[in-house]
Amino acid sequence: MGWGPFQFNIMPEPASKHAPYYDALFMAITGLAALFTIMVVAMIIFFASKYRRGTKVDRKNILTHHTGLELIWMGVPLVLAFLMFGWSTKNYMSVRTMPKDAVEIFCIGKQWMWHFQHMNGVRENNELHVVVGKPVKITMISQDVIHSLYLPEMRAQYMVVPGRYTELAFTPTKPGRYKILCAMHCGTQHSEMVGQLYVMNPTEYAEWVDKGGNKYKEKPLTIQEAGAQIYNEKGCANCHTGVDNPRAPTLNGIFGKSRRFADGTTAVADREYLREAIKMPHKKLTAGWENTMPVYGGTLTELQVLQLAEYIKTLTPGKGDFERQDMKRSTPGSSGDSSPVDVANKGGSAGNAQFRTSEGRR
Amino acid sequence: MSSTIIEQGTVEKPHSEKNYLNADHTLKSWLLTVDHKRIGILYLISVTFFFFIGAIAAAMIRYELTSPKGILLSSEVYNKTFSAHGIYMVFQFLVVAIPAVLGNFLIPIMIGARDMAFPRLNLLSWYMFITGGALISLSFILGGVDAGWTFYVPLSTLSENQISLCLVGIFITGFSSIFTAVNFVATIHKMRAPGMTWYRLPLFIWSHYATAIVVLLGTPVVAITLFLVVVERGFGFGIFSPELGGDPVLFQHLFWFYSHPAVYIMILPAFGIISEVITCFSRRPIFGYRFIAYSSLAIAFLGFAVWGHHMFISSQSAFQGIVFSIITWVLAIPSAIKMFNWATTMYKGSVHFSTPMLYALGFMGLFLIGGLTGLHLASIDTDIHVTGTYFIVAHFHYVMVGGTILGYLGGIHFWFPKMFGRTYSEFWGRLSAMIVFVGFNLTFFPQFMVGYLGMPRRYHYYYFAPEWQIYHILSTAGSSVLGLGFLMPGIYLTYAIFKGKKAGANPWGAKGLEWEKCASPPVTENFSEPVIVTGSIYDYNPEEDSKLYENEDDSMLSGRGGL
Repeated sequence: MGWGPFQFNIMPEPASKHAPYYDALFMAITGLAALFTIMVVAMIIFFASKYRRGTKVDRKNILTHHTGLELIWMGVPLVLAFLMFGWSTKNYMSVRTMPKDAVEIFCIGKQWMWHFQHMNGVRENNELHVVVGKPVKITMISQDVIHSLYLPEMRAQYMVVPGRYTELAFTPTKPGRYKILCAMHCGTQHSEMVGQLYVMNPTEYAEWVDKGGNKYKEKPLTIQEAGAQIYNEKGCANCHTGVDNPRAPTLNGIFGKSRRFADGTTAVADREYLREAIKMPHKKLTAGWENTMPVYGGTLTELQVLQLAEYIKTLTPGKGDFERQDMKRSTPGSSGDSSPVDVANKGGSAGNAQFRTSEGRR
Repeated sequence: MSSTIIEQGTVEKPHSEKNYLNADHTLKSWLLTVDHKRIGILYLISVTFFFFIGAIAAAMIRYELTSPKGILLSSEVYNKTFSAHGIYMVFQFLVVAIPAVLGNFLIPIMIGARDMAFPRLNLLSWYMFITGGALISLSFILGGVDAGWTFYVPLSTLSENQISLCLVGIFITGFSSIFTAVNFVATIHKMRAPGMTWYRLPLFIWSHYATAIVVLLGTPVVAITLFLVVVERGFGFGIFSPELGGDPVLFQHLFWFYSHPAVYIMILPAFGIISEVITCFSRRPIFGYRFIAYSSLAIAFLGFAVWGHHMFISSQSAFQGIVFSIITWVLAIPSAIKMFNWATTMYKGSVHFSTPMLYALGFMGLFLIGGLTGLHLASIDTDIHVTGTYFIVAHFHYVMVGGTILGYLGGIHFWFPKMFGRTYSEFWGRLSAMIVFVGFNLTFFPQFMVGYLGMPRRYHYYYFAPEWQIYHILSTAGSSVLGLGFLMPGIYLTYAIFKGKKAGANPWGAKGLEWEKCASPPVTENFSEPVIVTGSIYDYNPEEDSKLYENEDDSMLSGRGGL
């Protein structure tokens, strides 16, 4: 809309499945507000002009209170309020219930940049490519202060908080280029923490993904592969092996299962728990083990923690791959065993005990 | 000036009589006064000063936003500018203005008391207010604060700026409010004149009573919260920062537990003024006195149960969000009650468009829009898209500027003859009320539009969305009109303090102890003889009043009809 250089819109483009529902409710509330405004203003203008000082009108028998009238103008708005509340809550529940079949994307907010990580390993800064028609679920965490991931054309927004994961879901319905904004004041360059959301056709998107987001010469590691790399680099496998051992509990198959802690409480091992167990392992000690794990709070970035968690998700019990791999590496004389993992396993440390156990079991 | 025609509104009492203004002329007599009226005047001068600082910051923001790429300021300075605007306007003006200036001046007079219950505490509260304001100003001189007036952690704990000093200033200002509130509650409970029953109290008193309760329950919470931020910054205690094992969302809960009720601290006193002004200039008893009085109390209490609506997307649970949402919807009702009752008060009245009445009518229009756009934010789904955008900015400016400041200006114009014993020019008064109304709408209505389009608040640049510029230019144009509207009362009222026509004790023909039993300006003791209240409140007679003016030309700007 507009004239010459004066271009303007009156509403942001509706580009998600939720947007038309959102706009309908928004307009309904606006209509209701306008109705009440017009009603009261008309009442004021009518009374103020009719009963203006000096006019010859009936001013006898002034009413000073009328409980019935009060109840009407309390009751009618109250009923309307409850109706609108119901409508709004229904909308809200639909948009805050995370879809099961969604494309999962991770988002790290930091001063002053949006970082996105796709499951297939493609990483993007201040850009996000998604496919039209498919629900997207973004799991978000901040590396410093509170941000808010705001996609106006999707009518979607949620805060990105340090220290905990938050989620945002939307289903783009229109290919195009849209805004990514930060809507929570986050410091000096807050207004430049912006990016572009590209909604692509399925064929375009497939091509884009295939090329690794047009950014990498080689195909990037998937998020699980990246997680496995960190797992090995940091020597997690040194203690966390395929089965429980005196040094540490196994991580195989724990994701989504209930954990019991030394203080008697329990919790489901979700992403939030894994993050805390990596960054601050002393906070919740699994029942039966000592507080021996080092704190990784300062050494691992939020992205690495996310990748690790995705890798841990893939570890299933009973597969045995993990044990065999460890066994192979710890065999003296085998090639390429100069990693710290193996050095630690050679001595008579507790680590060896589980090798004997697992050997015996086999 | 030597008027031979004695008309209503000129000298009724000999000029030489002592009043609270000319009782003593030394500076010491002002700075060490325990007279609630003089303390009110001290507050009037100081809040006007702080409003001026906040307004300059606002003008800088508006000027900067006319270009998508910024004009004068760096992003860092821009952030400090909007922080200054928010901090000065909220803590040093809006929370304080009406209660400390008009409340201080009028509460003892309206209930027939000689002074506040604790006059020295009253003076101390002014000194704490000034100390707080001085520390806040010092923090801006020494480098500024860039975290916004909300001080969200971890931004405020990680920032290198003068946040601790500023927070200590706000902490002290907070205690100044608490002292004033203690004084109000004690005065209203214990100092009422014989015969001044609860249902004979002016609605101005009811709303200040509700405000004082909110201040007493809420302010200590925010004071401690801000203090904890200082402790965390200074000593590294892990309270809010996740890196130290704290919870950043806890800060938001504690902060909004006060700062949502703080909105009612700002608006409830304005409700009181509007009730007085509408009644006086409709010349009839107010409609639904008890419903208005109780709705103030309902707002005060319900206001404490809705803080979570500031945090719908902050990672609180969906269930929490829904509960806060429904309570917020219910909270719309008490405000609606007031609005309907005020409008109905004009029915069969004898309505006169004086300056205070124009401000009151402007207040009703703007507060309607401000309140009703709150529905978009109470609704948990529509809140998601507009929270943190200019829609919010427009909404709370409609309530805070359109509500509180128009109420404050209406009140100042209404009680000006009482405070200074002189009258101002009705022509300039009416003109300024209309300019403020027009300028205000032009400033803030475009912000609703640009907010719905997705412009986040506190953005310095928006070069990625040049289509927003037109709204910002409109808004800035409106803000210069609004600025003019605010400047005008500053000039003609200051002139009127020294050169205005002498006002009689009751230039408006209003009801109430402050008009009927008290001189203008009041004597230091308020009343020359003990007050006993017998009649009912607001016993105006519109029919008789209207008859007096049947042949008068009362055009809006004639400047004659008023006094």
